[in-house]
Amino acid sequence: MAKQLIKGNEAIVKSAILAGCRAFYGYPITPASEIAEAAARYFPSAGGTFVQAESEVAAINMVYGASAAGVRAMTASSGPGISLMQEGISYLAGAELPCVIADITRGGPGLGNIFPEQSDYFQVVKNGGHGCYRTLVLAPHSCQEMAGLTALAFELAHRYRTPVMVMADGFIGQMMEPVEFASTAKLPAPPEWAVTGTAETRRNLASSIQLEADQMEAHVRKLERKYRLAAEEEVRCEHVETNDADLVLVGYGVVARVLKAVVREARAEGLRVGLLRPITLFPFPVLPLRSLAHRARIFLSVEMSTGMMVEDVRLALNGARPVEFFGRCGGNVPATDEVLRVVRELAIREGLRPLLTDVPSLEVCHG
Amino acid sequence: MAELLLDDPVAAGFEIVHERPHSFYPEFFRKGDLKDQTHYCPGCGHGIAHKLVAEAIDELGLQDRTILISPVGCSVFAYYYLDTGNVQAAHGRAPAVATGVKRAHPESIVVSYQGDGDLAAIGMAEILHAANRGENITVFFINNAIYGMTGGQMAPTTLLGQKSTTTPYGRDHYNDGYPVKVCELLATLEAPVYLERVALGNAKQINAALRAIRKALRYQTERAGFSLVEILSPCPTIWKLDPVAAQKRVREVLVPAFPLGVYRDRGAEIPKGETLPPRPLPAPPPPLDAIPGLLDIDEQTPDPPAARPAQADLRIRVAGFGGQGVLMLGEVLAEAGLQLGLEVSWLPSYGPEMRSGTSNCHVRISSQEVDSPLVARPNVLLALNEPSLRKFLPTVEVGGWVLYNHHQLPADIAVPEGIHLLPLACSELADSLGETRAGNIVMLGALLAATDGLPIEAIHRALALCVKSARWLEIDRRALATGQQAAREALSNRSQEVRREIQ
Ligand SMILES: Cc1ncc(C[n+]2csc(CCOP(=O)(O)OP(=O)(O)O)c2C)c(N)n1
Ligand code: SF4
Ligand SMILES: [Mg+2]
Repeated sequence: MAKQLIKGNEAIVKSAILAGCRAFYGYPITPASEIAEAAARYFPSAGGTFVQAESEVAAINMVYGASAAGVRAMTASSGPGISLMQEGISYLAGAELPCVIADITRGGPGLGNIFPEQSDYFQVVKNGGHGCYRTLVLAPHSCQEMAGLTALAFELAHRYRTPVMVMADGFIGQMMEPVEFASTAKLPAPPEWAVTGTAETRRNLASSIQLEADQMEAHVRKLERKYRLAAEEEVRCEHVETNDADLVLVGYGVVARVLKAVVREARAEGLRVGLLRPITLFPFPVLPLRSLAHRARIFLSVEMSTGMMVEDVRLALNGARPVEFFGRCGGNVPATDEVLRVVRELAIREGLRPLLTDVPSLEVCHG
Repeated sequence: MAELLLDDPVAAGFEIVHERPHSFYPEFFRKGDLKDQTHYCPGCGHGIAHKLVAEAIDELGLQDRTILISPVGCSVFAYYYLDTGNVQAAHGRAPAVATGVKRAHPESIVVSYQGDGDLAAIGMAEILHAANRGENITVFFINNAIYGMTGGQMAPTTLLGQKSTTTPYGRDHYNDGYPVKVCELLATLEAPVYLERVALGNAKQINAALRAIRKALRYQTERAGFSLVEILSPCPTIWKLDPVAAQKRVREVLVPAFPLGVYRDRGAEIPKGETLPPRPLPAPPPPLDAIPGLLDIDEQTPDPPAARPAQADLRIRVAGFGGQGVLMLGEVLAEAGLQLGLEVSWLPSYGPEMRSGTSNCHVRISSQEVDSPLVARPNVLLALNEPSLRKFLPTVEVGGWVLYNHHQLPADIAVPEGIHLLPLACSELADSLGETRAGNIVMLGALLAATDGLPIEAIHRALALCVKSARWLEIDRRALATGQQAAREALSNRSQEVRREIQ
């Protein structure tokens, strides 16, 4: 397929339709609105449904209905709207209904602003709704990944029967890059559990209710097993020059793009810096991080927040190595120079002089 | 023995007066214990309403097609009883869930069954908008003027003066507002086809309720649109009345407060025997292999133009007023890079600033993978206005180019050492072409002349892709040539040394 120059937000829509999504319910919000707009343009002609809902609360519940009815369904929003969707996401997780939710993040709290931030991390990655559930979270850092990870999101949603979030910052949503789409479209039949208004599916029920304590616990344990399995099977991350890295940067979304420039420039200065870019935020790349700790002396989490993902980096490393943090927020993206300065300071502090070799390897705690 | 007889009552010689509806489970297998009795209190309206709904579904032969959306409230377990497809919804959201289900399967019969708290308090937005869209669904709205499930708190339909656990001194409209009249409210909307209020106060009222329920479902089978039946319903437990007294209260207290009757019936407005115009079904889906084309995805990448730079590292910042075509200029550049088979990125300033004030974008065109799409140190600055020049000039890398939309720099601005400057009144030149707004493309032409970085053929291809109107494409082509020409003249007046390629 030909590459086309396309906004990340639009790439999500085309890729979703190619992945068999036929229901889009949304509500406008900057910087995610192009998703609803492109959906309004493309879904009806592809044989799908587009409805602009009266609110994000309604939108996610329409998705719930469509998913219960066996149609691949999605919605998209940004911070304030994602906050409103949390109730529905919890119900979807509880009822084991697959769907895809794109969060094109912006500044907060409150109305905040429309510029890119990564401050939805907690509500998206740590489950912003009630109950013992998780959503799988994919974090694209390019328009190509907006397409690719949206397609993956649908596969995972259906494999695990759970809502999957695609979380990208406003810049990844708003920017244009060349994208090559899948060459064929698919349209899987409704799953056998779906309620489709036929004699064969009449006894099917989509519900999150488990009335008895033991029943509820059994259900929660079943969900927990799914998440464990996902943690084993679905971790995805990108390594950039981590093999010999003394200092490992950790970042996702547009920040990871900046960090790739930082790695290049730091290497040009003779500093052994690498980048670990989580592609799945849940499951978090715990083992890849731990194995880097054998060699790396220090980790630096860089985010557009006051420090959210850094908690997961610290949990993963469990004290094996120091984990530092650098963040900007409000719509400010950490600049290459800014991060380089922090890297240089840390290099001095840790004695990572250029081309320093043979850093003793510590035993990593796997607790 | 009794069981044996009931298995085949006709054979046993009984005349059947009233049969259990097929759509009502004979045994409630999803229920934990006491599988032969409902969880409703004796005399509860929900039990009666369920049976009426099941009966109507049977009569219309809809059992297999029906999908019931159950709410949060005492009827949360409606799926224990109704032998149809079932989806359980969050509190108040049943109409939204019903929308998603119905749109997925327009041939199914979707029933949203809701209480008054569910529908008229927490779910008011969802019911109003489902009604306003005219969703082809049927809503059964059980108004018992109280929150049954949570133990008797005020409902939006609780009567003035009525005591509840949260209106211990009686509902006071100054504090709690007035009882919400749902049929009257929805009747202000254009879309609903059928709205009727019925009651379960005695056998006669119950028969009328069944007729309304049947009619509402029939409208859905005809794809007529949205219908709602409000059912005034006894809640003996919370009302602290026995079932008989509770029914009496429905008749004597609820009915006067919520008058029974038809609030909308589009079917009654047309000649007898005719049916309402059906809502259109979605068009049949296209074949799968047509989907990429429908999504404007081309199969083949066009061959890159012959002249293609071996090395490229353009880091461009375009800036100006909103309306000067800043973002579009950046897009044409990025598209040209893509046409050349190079790696590109385009990152805009977005949001309210696009409506007024300033606008800018970052463009990278590179023979390497583009790392950061943010251009902090541009080697090309295209400044379409003075504030942009002032803001971004200090960021330009030594050896880089600055194009400024005026024939000279403001007096107080000095060009830093090692920066190539080309001041050119692009908007004025565009003006002479009859379109000031083509100033951005005049500047693009000037950039081509100044740097030789991008072959003109790639720009032409990019323009053809980015500019949808033929008239504008023509203007832009002339603007491009004008800019090139003007820049060549301006530059040839300077020493050859100044002219250097940026790669
Ligand atoms: C979001 C949310 N808020 C509150 C509740 C608690 N709750 C459950 S049922 C109910 C009221 C139901 O009343 P109504 O809709 O009138 O139904 P009834 O029981 O009277 O039939 C409430 C407030 C809930 N389940 N979810
Ligand atoms: S509390 Fe009221 S509404 Fe609920 S089951 Fe009992 S009688 Fe019915
Ligand atoms: Mg009630």
